[in-house]
Amino acid sequence: MSGLPGGGTSSERLSRLLALVPYLQRHQGVPLDEAARTFGVSERQLVDDLDLVFVSGLPGYTPADLIEVDYEGGTITIDNADTIARPLRLDVGEASALLVALRTLADVPGLADRDALNRAIAKLERAASDLDVRAGRVGVEVEAEDRVVPSVRRAVTGGRRLHLRYYVPGRDEVTERDVDPIRLLVVDGRSYLEAWCRRVDDVRLFRLDRVVDLHETGDPAEVPERVQLRDADEGLFRPSHTDLLVTFELGQGAHWVADYYPCESVTENGGVVRATLRTSDTSWVRRLALRLGGKAQVVDPPELVEQIRADARAALAAYEKVPAP
Amino acid sequence: MVASRKKTERLFNLVLCLLATRQPISAEHIRTSVQGYEDSGLEAFKRMFERDKDELRELGIPLETVEDWEGNPGYRIRRDVYELPELTFTPDEAAVLGLAARTWQHATLAQAASSAMLKLRAAGMDVDSSLPGIEPRVGAREPAFLPLWQALLGRYPVRFGYRRPGRDGPATRTLDPWGVVSRRGRWYVAGFDHDRQAERVFRLDRIVGDVERAGRPGSVHVPEGAEVRVMVTSWAEDDVGGRRAVLRVRQGAGYWLRRHASRVTHGEDGFDDVELEFTHPERLAESLAGHGANVVVLEPEDVRKGVLARLEAVAYGGRR
Repeated sequence: MSGLPGGGTSSERLSRLLALVPYLQRHQGVPLDEAARTFGVSERQLVDDLDLVFVSGLPGYTPADLIEVDYEGGTITIDNADTIARPLRLDVGEASALLVALRTLADVPGLADRDALNRAIAKLERAASDLDVRAGRVGVEVEAEDRVVPSVRRAVTGGRRLHLRYYVPGRDEVTERDVDPIRLLVVDGRSYLEAWCRRVDDVRLFRLDRVVDLHETGDPAEVPERVQLRDADEGLFRPSHTDLLVTFELGQGAHWVADYYPCESVTENGGVVRATLRTSDTSWVRRLALRLGGKAQVVDPPELVEQIRADARAALAAYEKVPAP
Repeated sequence: MVASRKKTERLFNLVLCLLATRQPISAEHIRTSVQGYEDSGLEAFKRMFERDKDELRELGIPLETVEDWEGNPGYRIRRDVYELPELTFTPDEAAVLGLAARTWQHATLAQAASSAMLKLRAAGMDVDSSLPGIEPRVGAREPAFLPLWQALLGRYPVRFGYRRPGRDGPATRTLDPWGVVSRRGRWYVAGFDHDRQAERVFRLDRIVGDVERAGRPGSVHVPEGAEVRVMVTSWAEDDVGGRRAVLRVRQGAGYWLRRHASRVTHGEDGFDDVELEFTHPERLAESLAGHGANVVVLEPEDVRKGVLARLEAVAYGGRR
């Protein structure tokens, strides 16, 4: 919905009016503030819309031809609007946007009521049958997490503490911790549990495909009231400014690093890309540098550069002890 | 805003009039009777009416042009085509629809989903029950996403520049798009490649510049049985087996390797022997190099060499 003064472009506004009039007929006596919330506009904008509807109608434009609207006393009634008793049907873009999202939800086992999803999909497909949106040509494939999603969802909705065995790839270790679940997030096909981690006394995001094992502890979840939830619309990983700044030089074949990780700055000079990123934990950077094997180099900070060389030398020494058969 | 309000009012009255009429009505009748046109001269009216018709059609309003027996055009909107069919959603269906409508992060699709929800609510659906604690999000930051989405809905071919790793400059490709799929956070488009005369899959983040329309709307036909997801999955598939590697993995390390191992043999010297199926030696070498001194490749030779080359490059500097 548009927050522009005047409520958006004239065609956005027309769209809204064409939905507003049938909505009001089905919700006679609805309070102004509730209707404004439903349509995502200010009360002032809504009143302006109602005033516009009030002077509209059928040719002749005598009182008998005009739509009658009354919002005295803060509640809205409407009459003489039979011509648009029903909203405009969904267009192909609208139906597809909803259908693809529903199918995405249906792909995550245990996320939402499967039966309700299937019924909603069937009804929408029927409503849009002439629009050729059945083929399912746009899809968001979600990695199957059937092992843990249902138990995580139960713990989230029931407010119950979980014990997690959780794999941390940056350190290549399996950790044990108690967490108090806050939300189940499904972002771009990956599922995460956002929870208050009692081991670090802070909010943490756990990727469900890295949960090795979990069970409820039998205690209720206790999430401190002061917790700041991250806005799921702003990207899940926001490095803190106090984190260490690492500089990479990326040669041919390693430019993807700048696309893949959230970099703070990326500059290019003669085929070499310089990328900086912030991190609180350098162990994954060290592993990444070894994987890139010279196609990219960490050039700053110097302690980390030296640490990575030492890692490589230690690995080569391990190979010397075990010659190829 | 005054002009815009006047225009909204005129379009709204035009829709009302065309919905109310059974018989198609002429442009002249519209000019003289519909509120908002009355002050305009004949030429100004013609231009205005053309633009108004386009705008209504862009909103998906089925404005029909019907010629009478003398060939004069008349206009109407058939209510049975215009109106959303009778639909009732149970509270649990409405709740999952509410969740679905919040899923898109892409502004255009989020807007389409919420405008669909408004129509459903206007038709009587109540969305009071929400599903707390669940936040699904689908993003699509690649600029190519929207034009490809529109091409799929409009069923027309597209042309775009495509950058391949290790090659100079993007190549131009022409494609009948059959579907876009997000897999592991990355978007792909699959379809029929005109240049290669074969089915192909492309990564959206490698598309360079604009995606242009390259044919008539409605001209793309997705063949029966085309499985877009299967095409993308098999194209993007990671190591799935075929060859066998034998590794020495330090005890307590290499959790992920052990989980995907075909066999783990416990050793007495602090290392276990781990056998692993793989397909691409270079990809395996890359991922094993990241384990540093915790993993030593015994065989095969090409993977062992691949790891050693990487480690040497890092230990002694210089790019390969």
